[in-house]
Amino acid sequence: MEPTSTYKQHFLRGIVKENPVFVMLLGMCPTLGVTSSAFNGLGMGLATLFVLLMSNIVVSLVKNQIPAKVRIPAFIVIIASFVSVVEMVLEAYLPFLYEQLGIFIPLIVVNCLILGRAEAFASKNGLLASILDALGMGLGFVIALTALGATRELLGSGSMFEFRFVPDNANTLILFILPPGAFIALAYLAIVFNRLSRKIA
Amino acid sequence: MKRESTLLNMVVVLLAITLVSGLSLGYVNELTAAPKARAQLARKVNALQLVLPSYTNDPVGEVRLLHWEGVRDRIEVYPAYQDSAFVGAAVTGLSEMGYSGPVRLLVGFQPDGTLRNISVLEQKETPGLGTRMKDDRFLQQFAGKNPAQFDLRVRKDGGDVDALAGATISTRAFAEATRQAYEVYLANTGNLKEPEK
Repeated sequence: MEPTSTYKQHFLRGIVKENPVFVMLLGMCPTLGVTSSAFNGLGMGLATLFVLLMSNIVVSLVKNQIPAKVRIPAFIVIIASFVSVVEMVLEAYLPFLYEQLGIFIPLIVVNCLILGRAEAFASKNGLLASILDALGMGLGFVIALTALGATRELLGSGSMFEFRFVPDNANTLILFILPPGAFIALAYLAIVFNRLSRKIA
Repeated sequence: MKRESTLLNMVVVLLAITLVSGLSLGYVNELTAAPKARAQLARKVNALQLVLPSYTNDPVGEVRLLHWEGVRDRIEVYPAYQDSAFVGAAVTGLSEMGYSGPVRLLVGFQPDGTLRNISVLEQKETPGLGTRMKDDRFLQQFAGKNPAQFDLRVRKDGGDVDALAGATISTRAFAEATRQAYEVYLANTGNLKEPEK
């Protein structure tokens, strides 16, 4: 058994020190693509969290059966299966979110955060550690995407979770819901995040 | 993970993984097939209620499928009757000119061809930009306009449609799909007047 402090570290690492978005800059495609509103960011974050959690669980359970040379295709099949499950469940029960996220749901398969954690962590660690790692990394991803989405929505549409602060015909900084605004907002949020986390640490 | 890779165990392991994942996906697909179909029907009925005046018939059951030149899929026309008097129809319109995929609309007409309301059935536009074609703020400019006088083209192209900020291409596709629905409706108003026996 590992000491509790190690488990705590597995969990917290993904949220602060190795935050997948603000520190590691992993999974940029959904990060920049869907975060034009806080709700979309949150939805994509939660979908990714689910896939990451399930893939880490399965990979850590079957890691000893998989020959080293075919581990990457094996991981990809596992990840792709869970993504398909997410896609079908969203279409059946949350059609609104399914419509909003559109093409970015199948693209969760190629989110390097998920394959990265399977390869770098779950295939070398036990079940509990892998679950904590997935929860930490996933939450870090959710927080980052929601923060980015909220920032862009606030600046670009003058609203927050669809609640508008400005009159309907007001001019907002539309740049921020366009793709270039995603890069700008991400860069500034990364600066702020790294400043703050360095102060804490 | 330190397992030796031989041809046999690689093939066996990959086969096992794909088999398990294929079977479980099939199972989940079975499970979600009914709710998916229900969600789609609910969306269709919702869209119809949004674009049609109040009706007493069953437009989904009385749908007419038409061919239209230059359109791959068949066009769906949903006639609405209030006590067997024709009160309008909803027509699907499709444009392939969307920013990142087709734009499919359901356009509701009054008997004289005036637009009543429009509902977006399918679109893959940029979230936050083109997707705002679903907002009332954008859609309300069409309500009560008759395309005979209201030019269904974007202002930039000389028409009367106010484009969404930052999403002119999406708006153009939207206008094209609406125009197509209008043409289909005009060509078929005659056969819609009476419920199909």
